[in-house]
Amino acid sequence: MHVPLRISLNGEAHELPSPVTIRALLDSVGIDSRKVAVERNLVVVRRAHYDTEVVNDGDEVEVVNFVGGG
Amino acid sequence: MDAFVLAGRTFTSRLIVGTGKYPSNAVMVQAHDASGAEMVTVAVRRVNSSDRSRESMLDYIDRARYTLLPNTAGCYTADEAIRTARLAQEAGLSNWIKLEVIGDEKTLFPDNEALLEATRVLVKEGFVVLPYTTDDPVVCRKLEDAGAAAVMPLGAPIGSGLGIQNVNNLRIIREFARVPVIVDAGVGTASDAALAMELGADAVLMNTAIAGAGDPIAMARAMRLAVEAGRLAYRSGRIPRRMYATASSPVEGLVGR
Repeated sequence: MHVPLRISLNGEAHELPSPVTIRALLDSVGIDSRKVAVERNLVVVRRAHYDTEVVNDGDEVEVVNFVGGG
Repeated sequence: MDAFVLAGRTFTSRLIVGTGKYPSNAVMVQAHDASGAEMVTVAVRRVNSSDRSRESMLDYIDRARYTLLPNTAGCYTADEAIRTARLAQEAGLSNWIKLEVIGDEKTLFPDNEALLEATRVLVKEGFVVLPYTTDDPVVCRKLEDAGAAAVMPLGAPIGSGLGIQNVNNLRIIREFARVPVIVDAGVGTASDAALAMELGADAVLMNTAIAGAGDPIAMARAMRLAVEAGRLAYRSGRIPRRMYATASSPVEGLVGR
């Protein structure tokens, strides 16, 4: 039986059919990777590594961007 | 106006403005233009999962014109602020950070102990750290010793518009500091910004005073003029305060005497 992977994406539970790259994860939820920064398990993932860094079961992923502020 | 040098970068403007709470992004862009500012602050937040179409603030900031200064607003621990700074660096491809570690929800006063800790860590990582702090000369000195590129004492609580509450502390901070002093927060109107500059602040940072004004674009221009006027006055050597009058017109040659 196929068991989906469970990750946390910006604090919300999220299921993946299999391990995916950061780029694939962002694409799957419709986030433009050029305007965000990504942290996986408390460590920032460099933009150059989006195609090689893989998200696995239990990972905590944060995706942020810039908003208005002072 | 004389140039403002911060962490080796030279600015013409001594006004730094925010990007929050404007009635619209179009008004914000015009207000930024009217302010003459060359540096704008932004906040770092999770991408909104329910509205992923939302634009990034980067879409409204011409980075050829404005230096981006991300903040760590809303962080309550050194760890949160450090994480946020690292993410900001990756999102903005710049190592400048307006460091905020808040210690109290009601006043938004900083937790200076955590601020110092975060400053030390981020300086070691190569960040240009601009810490938002209370108007305490001793804390400012410690931040400077920790490697902060400037100190940013508050004039009054964030968004309060109360103006400069402790004129004497800001004077002492200016006298002690060997790094630029940027008065951050508390400005309500143009005279508050002028006063900060007259006290010797190297720059003023504000958001709500412009964004929340009835006419943000006109207020941005008022703030630009106030900062320039205050700086010029500071450098011009104001007259001493006297208890009594000294006549401006000659006391001799009066008609009928």
